Amino acid sequence: MTQSGAKAERQADAGGSNFKASASGRYGLDKAFTVLVTGAALVGIVVLMVLLVDVIRDGSTMLSLKFLTSFPSQIFPEDGGIYPALIGSLWLLGLTALISVPLGLGAAVYLEEYAEDTRINRMIEVNISNLAGVPSVIYGLLGLGIFVQVLAPVTGGTSVLTGALTLSLLILPVIIVATREALRAIPGSIREGGYALGATRWEVIWSHLLPMALPGALTGIILALSRAIGEAAPILVVGVSLYQTYATTGPFDGYMALPTQIYDWISRPQQIFQDSAAAGIVVAMAVLLVANSFAIWLRNRYQQRL
Amino acid sequence: MAVKAEGTRSGADAWKRDSHTREARERVIKGFLMACAYMSIFTTFGIIIVLFEETLRFFFEVSPVEFLTSTRWAPSQGDFGVLPLVYGTLVATVIAIAVALPVGLLTAIYLSEYAPRSLRRWLKPALEILAGVPTVVYGYFALTFITPLFRDSVFPSIGSFNAISAGLIMGVMIIPTVASVSEDAIFAVPRSLREGAYALGATRRETATKVVVPAALSGIVAAVILGISRAIGETMIVTIAMGAQANWFGSPLEGMQAMTAYIVQVVGGETPRGSVTYKSIFAVGSALFLMTLTLNLASYWFVRRYRETY
Repeated sequence: MTQSGAKAERQADAGGSNFKASASGRYGLDKAFTVLVTGAALVGIVVLMVLLVDVIRDGSTMLSLKFLTSFPSQIFPEDGGIYPALIGSLWLLGLTALISVPLGLGAAVYLEEYAEDTRINRMIEVNISNLAGVPSVIYGLLGLGIFVQVLAPVTGGTSVLTGALTLSLLILPVIIVATREALRAIPGSIREGGYALGATRWEVIWSHLLPMALPGALTGIILALSRAIGEAAPILVVGVSLYQTYATTGPFDGYMALPTQIYDWISRPQQIFQDSAAAGIVVAMAVLLVANSFAIWLRNRYQQRL
Repeated sequence: MAVKAEGTRSGADAWKRDSHTREARERVIKGFLMACAYMSIFTTFGIIIVLFEETLRFFFEVSPVEFLTSTRWAPSQGDFGVLPLVYGTLVATVIAIAVALPVGLLTAIYLSEYAPRSLRRWLKPALEILAGVPTVVYGYFALTFITPLFRDSVFPSIGSFNAISAGLIMGVMIIPTVASVSEDAIFAVPRSLREGAYALGATRRETATKVVVPAALSGIVAAVILGISRAIGETMIVTIAMGAQANWFGSPLEGMQAMTAYIVQVVGGETPRGSVTYKSIFAVGSALFLMTLTLNLASYWFVRRYRETY
């Protein structure tokens, strides 16, 4: 009511005050507005460019192949590197994918293909959209309470498995939403064709719906996973190591990670650590840009085919 | 699992199967999928139970009245008034929204009403990349680039940690959120409304600002609320660039501590489990959770409202 009232008022306003304005004045304003919106759209891109140039410039002194294969060092920081952090982040990525992808696909298939419109299912939907908005540091507190303390005998306390479980819960809503959208885009005739041939619900899902939904879902999954390995706050809360002398070799080992290694370097005052942080950022950004570009390419390809 | 899949792939094989086994398998699979969906409920309950259990223990030692009304936050001296942390969070959030609201909304208008198709296909992914930049990277940028830039130009007295740099960069971080949710709303405005405006002789700007944006208003409000919620929950930018010193009513040029930054500060130190300081991070976390939950529910409500309109 109030909204349509305001709308009408504004439109009346447009009719009243602007009608008197000269056409050239109105076109001038139009041009100015075009410049304004174009400029606004470029703000983000410009900041991204400046940021990239800035970190590459700062990080160039430290960046080398040796930086990728060395352990960080407090005694000889100029020889230090991000090897254990890189390995730790790869472990986090792999375990998080193993945990979150089946769960996310399963939940999405249930909600899209099985769930009837009951109270509890509507509650799950509202709940998922709310979980997507819970701050990542809160997921860290959840992980600290459940995986680090209550489930310590299973997860090994502050292990890389705990980190991956925490990150999985964090990105599950994103994966579920992306997969549901991909499933919804599949025409009903595909399902009916399957049923007409006597296939059961799951047979139709496994043989037709999942393969068809996968490219779309995969885009969401890659974006979610790249977000997960960029997260520092939740794993800081569940006890990522800021320094360790070995690289992670199993799910119950301690672990370091790229974003937290970068954070650790940033928080040290000496210039050499700031440079190391910048070099670490260059590595992390390179990984993320590759992952994101792949996801975007996949989506564009998929969209063209549909 | 793999064997079953083989069976379903070749129809002839599946046909021979006893219908009872097929039905039983259907039930098992449905149960498994349902369990996946119910995970989200468990997650929510998990969050609530963990947060509120420790918060309750915290309130045995510090009165809730002191927590919510005192303006002194100094855990080492036993002062637990949360307001200075809330103030830090709000200052950074207000600055962030002052950046993200105009830039995000204008970007959405550009994408939906102005951008040529080919450019749109490049610009949207670029914005997604902006949203995917790890927040430690933004924190580094605010600390080592934006703050020195301010010091050398307009604010010579700015602190090395300050709210304005952190807030500005946080604003950049949430531009994609505000832009993409508003664009969805703007895009959903029926074409006929635009054509009606053009038919009445409105220019492109007049159509965009006086017809399309008001029609998409509830979606845009939802976008902004979501942006505010993101800013409140953001952790690493404020931890790195805004500092770790609670500062009640400090100027944006000074350092201050946000709620999220306090949690990171405590877990990074050697705080014994069970101490009142340790419990305090859950109390701060509860406050944070309630703030973002309220905003998310409001945003959800606005989105649904606008969906019902069209």
